[in-house]
Amino acid sequence: MVLVFAEAIKGQFKKAAFEAVTYGAQTAQLLGSQCVALTLGDVQNAGQLGVYGANKVLNINGAAFENFDSQVFASAIAQATEKLGATVVVLSHTSTGKSLLGRLAARLNAGSVAGAKSLPDVSGGGFKVTKGVYSGKAIATYEISSPIKLISLAGNEIPLKATGNEVAVETLEVSAPASKVKVLSVKRQEGIVPLPEATTVVSAGRGMKGPENWGIVEDLAKVMGATTACSRPVADADWRPHHEHVGQTGVAIRPNLYIAIGISGAIQHLAGVNQSKVIVVINKDPEAPFFKAADYGVVGDLFEVVPKLTAAMEKFKAA
Amino acid sequence: MKLLVCISKTPDTTSKISFTPDGSKFNDAGIAFIMNPYDEWYALVRACELVEKNVGTVTLINVGGADNDQIIRKGLAIGATDAVRVDAEPKSALFIAKQIAEHAKSQNYDLIFCGKESIDYNGSEVGAMVAEFLDLPFVSYASKLEVNGGTSTVERDIEGGVETLEVSGPFVVSAAKGLAEQRIPNMMGIMKAKSKPFTVVAPVAFPDLAVPVSYTLPKEKTGVKLVSPDNMEELVRLLHEEAKVI
Repeated sequence: MVLVFAEAIKGQFKKAAFEAVTYGAQTAQLLGSQCVALTLGDVQNAGQLGVYGANKVLNINGAAFENFDSQVFASAIAQATEKLGATVVVLSHTSTGKSLLGRLAARLNAGSVAGAKSLPDVSGGGFKVTKGVYSGKAIATYEISSPIKLISLAGNEIPLKATGNEVAVETLEVSAPASKVKVLSVKRQEGIVPLPEATTVVSAGRGMKGPENWGIVEDLAKVMGATTACSRPVADADWRPHHEHVGQTGVAIRPNLYIAIGISGAIQHLAGVNQSKVIVVINKDPEAPFFKAADYGVVGDLFEVVPKLTAAMEKFKAA
Repeated sequence: MKLLVCISKTPDTTSKISFTPDGSKFNDAGIAFIMNPYDEWYALVRACELVEKNVGTVTLINVGGADNDQIIRKGLAIGATDAVRVDAEPKSALFIAKQIAEHAKSQNYDLIFCGKESIDYNGSEVGAMVAEFLDLPFVSYASKLEVNGGTSTVERDIEGGVETLEVSGPFVVSAAKGLAEQRIPNMMGIMKAKSKPFTVVAPVAFPDLAVPVSYTLPKEKTGVKLVSPDNMEELVRLLHEEAKVI
């Protein structure tokens, strides 16, 4: 049986949870097995996970799950895995899922693949999964040999499939350990899609010349419904907030479309964005290394090109 | 204050990655190896700052062969007190975590640091595994950490925001950008490192349950399609009709 932990933020599922359930359901099909989705704490409309292929949805409720503590969450998921006799456990490769995967591996004595990008190859009774390695510069195929297999699914890899119907939510009881972690505050940017979840990202670098010029980038992002990002020098100079920094030491992203404006494309920057499906580079220097990694390029002055692109986008959206 | 910092060796960030012709192994010819940047710049430096401000020791631990000694010496030069290398080929995250946990279980560390991920396997797994083996809390992606007696305050990066936590007692923390600033070891540090305690220990037996069996390089981009800066309608059309991303 395939168990999927469907994570929720403030009781609401994100796309990552639906992707994990879709992946779990397709894995269960490959194994001729069932997919069970697990939710922890107060979750709204958990039955909708059935739409993405969960045969069953379980909820473990309790005040212990109000805030995230990897120790408490991993204990509950491990107990559920053992109670249900699950042989595959799927998580989302998010800040939450990443904290849980290693704990579950140690606790269940199970092999794990962090950031899987494909369904398992189960031919010949094996279990092989691919994932990005070397910061997106290569892909590795992992073989898991333990009885329980653990996977965290990279975002934006598996197209959502609404194949089923809502199902009733059943309750499961486990014993939760006391938490040694107290959450004092959570500050989330409201009204924007966080970078790791964004399907379109508009990013800008030193070519912008100063923080006062960011209006044209924000205008383009707004028209496209995109999230804004920046390169490391821009974040280091405090032109833009630290959480917008994408690259090797910042956030690694994998959107469908990445538009890089005035970014030369240092290898460390590419390491954080090279798994984007389509890359557009706008730069006045035709020798900028980023053009080699791009699908589409515009050689020109960004202060002229970006407003024109925004206007063209507006026209397209209005059509 | 007794701190442990887990470090790993990775190819330099600018490395061109390639594999043996059969795709089974990383090709390390011409590759410069470094200490994993998250381990060095953020985890190790923050640990050093904490003992400099208070009193205590920073122990480095690495799982690997003798060719890792160079990065361990660098860690000592940056400011660690002593080092332990578990002499084994690090093939899987759980194996590595088991070795670290075996060392740490009798040492009563106040804090165990690691980088948020290694830049080769990008798993973010070892810290959480060590925490589970030792039954300790784990706080990932810390961008700020203050310790006051037995209680620590940590800010951690979460999707689109920041979470502030208070942790009582020892725990494992993974370090992200912001936790500290990179330090370049000075000549005095490099000289001192040569005489700091450095022990090599044998590994405990533990199976590798998930290992990479083959590698491929991503499909090369077929070449950039240039669009005239005066024709952004064409770019929009291409993104819509050809790339199908808008």
